[in-house]
Amino acid sequence: MPTNILMPALSPTMEEGTLAKWLVKEGDSVGPGDVIAEIETDKATMEVEAVDEGTIGKLLIAEGTEGVAVNTPIAALLGEGESADDIKADAEPASQESKVEDEKPAANEAESSGSDSDEDKKPAAPAAPAFEAESDPDIPEGTEMVSTSVREALRDAMAEEMRANKDVFVMGEEVAEYQGAYKVTQGLLQEFGAERVIDTPITEHGFAGLATGAAFAGLRPVVEFMTFNFAMQAIDQIINSAAKQLYMSGGQQHVPIVFRGPNGAASRVAAQHSQDYSAWYSHVPGLKVVAPYTAADAKGLLKAAIRDPNPVVFLENEIMYGQSFDVPKLDDYVLPIGKARIARKGADVTIVAYSMGMRYATQAAEQLVSEGVDVELIDLRTLRPLDLPTVIESVKKTGRCVTVEEGWPQNSLGSYIAAQIMTQAFDYLDAPVLSVTGKDVPMPYAANLEKLALPSTDEVIDAVNKVTYRK
Amino acid sequence: MARKTTTRSRQPSKASEGEAKKPASKSTASKTTASKPTASKSRSATSAGRKPASRSAAGKSSSTTAKANAAASRSNAPKFDKAQEFKAFRDMLLIRRFEEKAGQMYGMGLIGGFCHLYIGQEAVVTGITMAAKPEDATITGYRDHGHMLAVGMDPNGVMAELTGRQGGLSKGKGGSMHMFSMEKRFYGGHGIVGAQVSLGTGLGFAAKYRKDKSVSLTYFGDGAANQGQVYESFNMAKLWNLPVVYVIENNKYAMGTSVERSASTTDFSQRGRSFDIPGEQVDGMDVRLVKEAAERAIDHARSGKGPYILEMLTYRYRGHSMSDPAKYRSKEEVQTMRSERDPIEMVRKRILDQKWATEDELKDIDKEIRAVVSEAEKFATEDDQPDASELWTDITVSA
Repeated sequence: MPTNILMPALSPTMEEGTLAKWLVKEGDSVGPGDVIAEIETDKATMEVEAVDEGTIGKLLIAEGTEGVAVNTPIAALLGEGESADDIKADAEPASQESKVEDEKPAANEAESSGSDSDEDKKPAAPAAPAFEAESDPDIPEGTEMVSTSVREALRDAMAEEMRANKDVFVMGEEVAEYQGAYKVTQGLLQEFGAERVIDTPITEHGFAGLATGAAFAGLRPVVEFMTFNFAMQAIDQIINSAAKQLYMSGGQQHVPIVFRGPNGAASRVAAQHSQDYSAWYSHVPGLKVVAPYTAADAKGLLKAAIRDPNPVVFLENEIMYGQSFDVPKLDDYVLPIGKARIARKGADVTIVAYSMGMRYATQAAEQLVSEGVDVELIDLRTLRPLDLPTVIESVKKTGRCVTVEEGWPQNSLGSYIAAQIMTQAFDYLDAPVLSVTGKDVPMPYAANLEKLALPSTDEVIDAVNKVTYRK
Repeated sequence: MARKTTTRSRQPSKASEGEAKKPASKSTASKTTASKPTASKSRSATSAGRKPASRSAAGKSSSTTAKANAAASRSNAPKFDKAQEFKAFRDMLLIRRFEEKAGQMYGMGLIGGFCHLYIGQEAVVTGITMAAKPEDATITGYRDHGHMLAVGMDPNGVMAELTGRQGGLSKGKGGSMHMFSMEKRFYGGHGIVGAQVSLGTGLGFAAKYRKDKSVSLTYFGDGAANQGQVYESFNMAKLWNLPVVYVIENNKYAMGTSVERSASTTDFSQRGRSFDIPGEQVDGMDVRLVKEAAERAIDHARSGKGPYILEMLTYRYRGHSMSDPAKYRSKEEVQTMRSERDPIEMVRKRILDQKWATEDELKDIDKEIRAVVSEAEKFATEDDQPDASELWTDITVSA
């Protein structure tokens, strides 16, 4: 049967075009790749190539015809042993229609399944599966608690995981010989050697991509960014290569990698070195994002992050490195990613914070409690997946909520949490949700301005007073 | 890469300069008639187009270089035995026929989005894969269909991914630019120009870390060769002597911008010089020269000497993507490459010259391959779209 050559689409949006010129005539032999015609749209002119071998039996559309719909037969191609007499029946519009219909069976099906009259209406998306976080493991009675700095806790987590799995390695600027720009990797080179504790050149984009490639091949890299400010050079690899890989591969290729380092404002280092990327990374499906406050959480969650088969962005804070907390002395203390921690139970108001925000929130809570306000304080610990159920449950109890973070206000974690509370717990609210954030400015250098730009304990107290209508 | 062709002022087509198609030139062995005096530029030095290390200020015209190399190839090319010629012929023809079909299906609206065809460049991935071992890793950019077929991925699965169906290699969730195979160690399929260079360097890093003696074959184009992370990767690859072969597929155009208009130095084989990475320019249209150079490069990398750069001088016949009318180059340029330097035609001619097969026998092979491609088309057209529930799967994986 003769093959119809159809009017091609130059792009998915093209519907019709002009058949500008025929470069073959009836009776010509053509082979794959031979240019047979030129078509034009308002955007471009393009050559039409033959795909099959044969003889041009008939030109069905005249040169110069405008408004030729995509997929209209424009010529009939004769195979071996076929003649022009075979053409007529096939070139009728009827067969053309059936052809067009054939081409989009699945699309038609999708359209018909979910909607009524409007045929362009797409079916409703299926609901997102609910995420259920595991609970923290029980700490056995009588476990010794050891005062440990966040810095040591992070180091211990890496060392333990490196001992347990030879595929785990640490890579970054100054992580080996220098022992870590902030001494988080202290001692790792001595224990694990230069093959597993690797100093990189100052080349964030390159080594983030290199480490992601190593994770493709099944290794478990822990990439230290000296600070997350520098990871902006690498954010393409983190998001486009690491975070999206599993989905793009239809679930074939997971990317077990941890990107860690200090995030947010340090002290007096000005705009380019003082930015909180929590909201940025927590925006991205495919990533897990962890931002611990205490040393115990830092240890338990970093161990979990290194074991996790997904890319994890692990946001630390330079100011917190030296602060000590009790860490349970256990052989393998691992915490679930995705579970918030209720740092203080209370009934009057919910404060939701994470990382450095927890410092302001904790100080504020102490003062508020002393003034008789029964604060419930939630440390999110993980920003993606976000433990909204814990927050919502709390707000249903207290009816009031204040969020605290260092990042900028627009599209902040707080604004998302406030929106979710409005959606899921509107009837329980006794006051608008307030968010305490960094100010909407690049970080200034001057000491007084920097202080003004950051959130503070007083601002948290102030916000709580507002939502409780105390002042 | 998902850059849209900018609307360019439409020029009246000027196809009429006597270059109307020669009909049915394919299976007639009439190539010799059109031969241009390319041989006059023959570079006599060096085996197989290998450059002396000191070559720096390469001529601005890479087409001259390409032609010179091409000419050199005829005299210096290594011999393929019968089995090799047939393997090269089949592998390249599969890519050619598959891509022609993909182009056709795109034109019919069956394939959406961007579709970057590999037609014209078949000898590059075919020759390199012939020199590689199954355990070697392959990674490339967005013009990736040929690479997937060359490493042995299922044509049905590739085509069904192009049509966005559930039986696609990525369940219809990746599309033309995103397919992977753990079994074949094919790591994509990446849409961000240059990203695969760092990723491929990481594959080499993993090989060295595990001491498994595999090599990372990292492909990118002349366009990607100007990305910053390429040089970050070169630096680390040489610093740590990672087993990576960087294959720069120089098809002369980064989308619509020619090499001459985008590169301050156009000899990409020398782009590793500041890092002490050896490189050579290879006639990427001759599969024998590609394979020979690849063997040299892969041996170098596998033996622990570190990375190696192969610049493959090649040519894509089609536009950058299906929606690119390719007005930035002349029809004559394309036609000359097609009629004189076609990688498949060269093999076909050698097979015929050697009397290893008749025209008819080669036609039968073509038929076989067309059947494979038709089967892929059928599968990719009839297969269902992914179930709506797939929207929410494969975002993260549980431990």
